[in-house]
Amino acid sequence: MSQINHFSNHRLINWFKLSSPSTFYPVAGKLIPFFWVLTFLFGAVGLWVSFFVAPVDAVQGQGYRIIFIHVPASWMSMFIYLMMAAWAGLGLVFNTRLSAMMAQALAPIGAWMAFLSLWTGAFWGKPMWGTWWVWDARLTSELILLFLYLGFIALRASIDDPRRADKASAILALVGVVNVPIIYFSVKWWNTLHQGASVSLTKSPAMAQTMLWGMLLMALCFWMYTIAVTLMRVRAIILEREAHTDWVRQSIEVKS
Amino acid sequence: MKALLAIIHRDLLLVMRRKSEVLTALFFFVVVTSLFPLGIGADAALLRKIAPGVLWVAALLSTLLGLHRMFAADYQDGSLEQLVLSPQPLALLVTGKIIAHWIVCGLPLVLLAPIIGIQFDLDVSSLYVLMATLLLGTPVLSLLGSIGAALTLGVRGGSVLLSLLILPLFIPVLIFGAGAVYAHSVGLDTSGHFSLLGALLILALAFVPWVSTAAVKIAIE
Repeated sequence: MSQINHFSNHRLINWFKLSSPSTFYPVAGKLIPFFWVLTFLFGAVGLWVSFFVAPVDAVQGQGYRIIFIHVPASWMSMFIYLMMAAWAGLGLVFNTRLSAMMAQALAPIGAWMAFLSLWTGAFWGKPMWGTWWVWDARLTSELILLFLYLGFIALRASIDDPRRADKASAILALVGVVNVPIIYFSVKWWNTLHQGASVSLTKSPAMAQTMLWGMLLMALCFWMYTIAVTLMRVRAIILEREAHTDWVRQSIEVKS
Repeated sequence: MKALLAIIHRDLLLVMRRKSEVLTALFFFVVVTSLFPLGIGADAALLRKIAPGVLWVAALLSTLLGLHRMFAADYQDGSLEQLVLSPQPLALLVTGKIIAHWIVCGLPLVLLAPIIGIQFDLDVSSLYVLMATLLLGTPVLSLLGSIGAALTLGVRGGSVLLSLLILPLFIPVLIFGAGAVYAHSVGLDTSGHFSLLGALLILALAFVPWVSTAAVKIAIE
């Protein structure tokens, strides 16, 4: 048995072995501190760049700095939804428990990011647009994304049988994927209908190099944070759902 | 095809035996739309302006009222299980149930809308546009709603959860449906809105029956 479990002997890591919760659990535990260190590293450098290095915006003044949180949060809210739907889809097709658990772990973080994106957007909108909220295509579709996350979480929570909850929520997640490209391209598609005041990085003429760096570093920080928290959550979910198995009962962490 | 017609016939027959459920949803539509002028005031210009949105939102909500019934009764008495086991492709039977739901919950709204529209002081050409958008839009609502109805089968608090799941998916239909009527009333071209509504209908017709079928199978397992 020890021979089989010792996968560092192989030239390639056997990825399929990682799809078993009992193998994934310790691996995830080892990875978590690593991702937390990266989170704080990127976060510290990113915040330093965005607050002290990046120049004051000519038009928007200091207030523009909220985009260093706002933009990464918006990106993550969309990426996380795609990842969640991909995991849920994998779980539906291959019937793997861990994929569904990953989708379950990602959902609250994605909802949090969508909420953060709307919240910081409102803070940005008040001084820049003069209003907390505009019924603009991008804002509306981001709000729908938040509703989709909440629907996913609510559907999961209200089905008692975990296997059925996995499959039903996977279908909902896959149906909701339609919304992600709509959010992403909303600024382009509805350019004629709505005022061009929407925040669009693609449209803004060459933002300062340091601003871009600050934003990318913050985005990396958010990525690492998401991975770290997802792994922590998925470990908790594994313990909860595999509580009947021998390996969980004999695991030292649970006993202590 | 015969199976499809048989399912539609059966569902319509069941509805005719218990008319109150359908009439409740229609009555809800009428009452909700009548509440708005009472709450907002009888300013004709304002009512004309909000009419498309109010009528469309009321249409969404009253469609939602009937959705829970689409599979729930069959699920409880076991006939849904028999449908799954039948030799006919399940997607066809699910499509039949969706069409029956639309005839019961969608079509009456299309026919009622002009009467409500008159209360909101819409002119005749706007009423035609409103009816046309509802005619294109309500089938999409029934189709999308069937996904939610199948996913929440036998789930605690199913009907509340259903609205939480499905209303966000209804939003595009609402935007383009109400948008077309509004664009018409201010003299803009409505062909874009109609093309998008048509595209939504075609896409929903092509994909939704399969998704709902998968959801029904999950619920039956």
